[in-house]
Amino acid sequence: MRTALIVFAKEVFENLRDRRTLASALIMGPIFGPILFAFVINLSIERSFENIETALELPVIGQQRAPNLVRYLESRNIAVVDGPADDAAAIAAVKTGKHDIVLLIPEAFGEQLADTVPARVKLVSDQANTDADREARRVRRALAAYNSELAAIRLSARGVNPMLLRPLNIDEIDVSTPSGRSAMLLGMMSYFFIFATLMGGMYLAIDATAGERERGSLEPLLCLPVTREQLILGKIGATCVFMALSLTLSLLSFHVALKFMPLEQLGMTPNFGPDVLVTALFLFLPFILLGAALMTLVASFTKSYREAQTWLSVVLIAPTMPILIVSLLTLRPKTEFMFVPSLSQHLLLVDMVKNEPVNNLHVLISFVSTLIFGALLAWICARLYRREGLLG
Amino acid sequence: MIEVEGIHKSFGIVHAVRGVSLAAADGKITGLLGPNGAGKSTTLRVLYTVLKPDAGSASIDGVDVVTDSLRARQRIGALPHGSGLYPHLTARENVAYFARLCGLEKSEIDDRVDEIIRLLEIEDFAERRTKGFSQGQRTKVSLARALVHDPQNVLLDEPTNGLDVMATRSLRHLILKLKDLGRCVLFSSHIMQEVAALCDDICIIANGQVAIDDSIEGIRARTGCDDLEDAFMHAVQSVGAG
Repeated sequence: MRTALIVFAKEVFENLRDRRTLASALIMGPIFGPILFAFVINLSIERSFENIETALELPVIGQQRAPNLVRYLESRNIAVVDGPADDAAAIAAVKTGKHDIVLLIPEAFGEQLADTVPARVKLVSDQANTDADREARRVRRALAAYNSELAAIRLSARGVNPMLLRPLNIDEIDVSTPSGRSAMLLGMMSYFFIFATLMGGMYLAIDATAGERERGSLEPLLCLPVTREQLILGKIGATCVFMALSLTLSLLSFHVALKFMPLEQLGMTPNFGPDVLVTALFLFLPFILLGAALMTLVASFTKSYREAQTWLSVVLIAPTMPILIVSLLTLRPKTEFMFVPSLSQHLLLVDMVKNEPVNNLHVLISFVSTLIFGALLAWICARLYRREGLLG
Repeated sequence: MIEVEGIHKSFGIVHAVRGVSLAAADGKITGLLGPNGAGKSTTLRVLYTVLKPDAGSASIDGVDVVTDSLRARQRIGALPHGSGLYPHLTARENVAYFARLCGLEKSEIDDRVDEIIRLLEIEDFAERRTKGFSQGQRTKVSLARALVHDPQNVLLDEPTNGLDVMATRSLRHLILKLKDLGRCVLFSSHIMQEVAALCDDICIIANGQVAIDDSIEGIRARTGCDDLEDAFMHAVQSVGAG
């Protein structure tokens, strides 16, 4: 154990002097994460407000043919402006992106309306463009409302109760809590923590095998009267310390950054207080061991520093896979999921941040199963460190 | 004291070492001489236990390198080919790290590191980080690192590679000093003059086999060549290509 401690102390000491290691542990995760998060939050806030508050500018061809419709649209906060010259010009304008959406009122509109045959209007939009699609939906909703209003008036004029046309009255009750709506954003957040953790120890993991070998310092080290298990143990330990450092800083920086993000405007009230911080750190502890052992293991198969970097960037992405799959399928947390490292941490963290009760059994399963995975990988690392091929 | 008995080592289809036997005595300098790719490094790597021989055995002071590799390593100081240092540590820190790993007591580490730094004349750059060191400086620090625990057996793989005349000379003095201290020094080289100037015994290896193992005089007598270079060529050719 003494040897492992010596190696551990030296690795920590040496890497504190290495700018690249420090940058990845202290800057990448802790600073990059909250900045990206803030960016995404601001983007979604901007979008949700755009929909409600800003007037939608709608080019309309043939405004003079439907003055009532135009007035109606304007009452729905849609600013009607002059459109292109004709149909062809309208289609061209949408295609080139000059306008997102154009409403066409054909010449026969007034006549058809008077004859009570369905009066035709045309809506030109590019549905592949999500922005335009949202605007088109808004216009379509306004037109549908105008449609039913006209229908009601016509029925009343003929002495028929317009309620006949409304056999159903749909009331939607939304049970999502304000903070529950933020699931997507929170999923992103827990991935940042995984990313920050792995990033913090990446360069140490490379250094333990590929780096030492390339530098030529591995062979002298192996000539010393120490066992290789002790060497790799010390190195994995040092990697864990940098991962823990990076994770702690990331949690703290999120704790601070969230205070400055206008999350209430999105209807989110995430709980990211000191208690959640400490619990999150505890939840991630076994994941740190797993990450350090996994990265060391992958790096030990590579032939050079560069190759190790390439492979470890794959390892950076791997833990997102279970999170992504579960998010896409919108699966609810289940006990089985708690056996999957990264996914269990993600689900538990999301629950905590959403202020929902956390199942203690789930915490236990997550902690123990991730720890077992981590210990297993560390053991495999130690075995592989013993083989002759290690020196390449 | 180092003894090697008929070791073999293959890497895939390459049969790098084919039955090498040799002995290096205490208080003597033994040279492992041979052309590139002769199997010198592989033989040394078996001795400092990073490779296991496919057949045969080797021992350091009677301790088997395969069955008791940890104890064997306690008796050697090794300078592997192309040894590298930790660039973010100073020369002194590099040496002290190895001293700690070799199990030296805390109280003696500082003194011992000072001593070896003086012995190898690296005082001038001892406190500098090793990043950007010249080849000569690097070799000196690597050597200091290998010798810091005062090992009885010293294994050096092409130690003069990339060294200038001055550095080579000071290395030669150091090796002679180790001999005077009764150490067993085994070093490999492909430079004849170097080996001739230093060694008591020379083991010429070619094609993974020992071509000749004798003192300089013995080699001259056995090959009938007065010039060592001729003797070397003679010995190497005697092993042949296969």
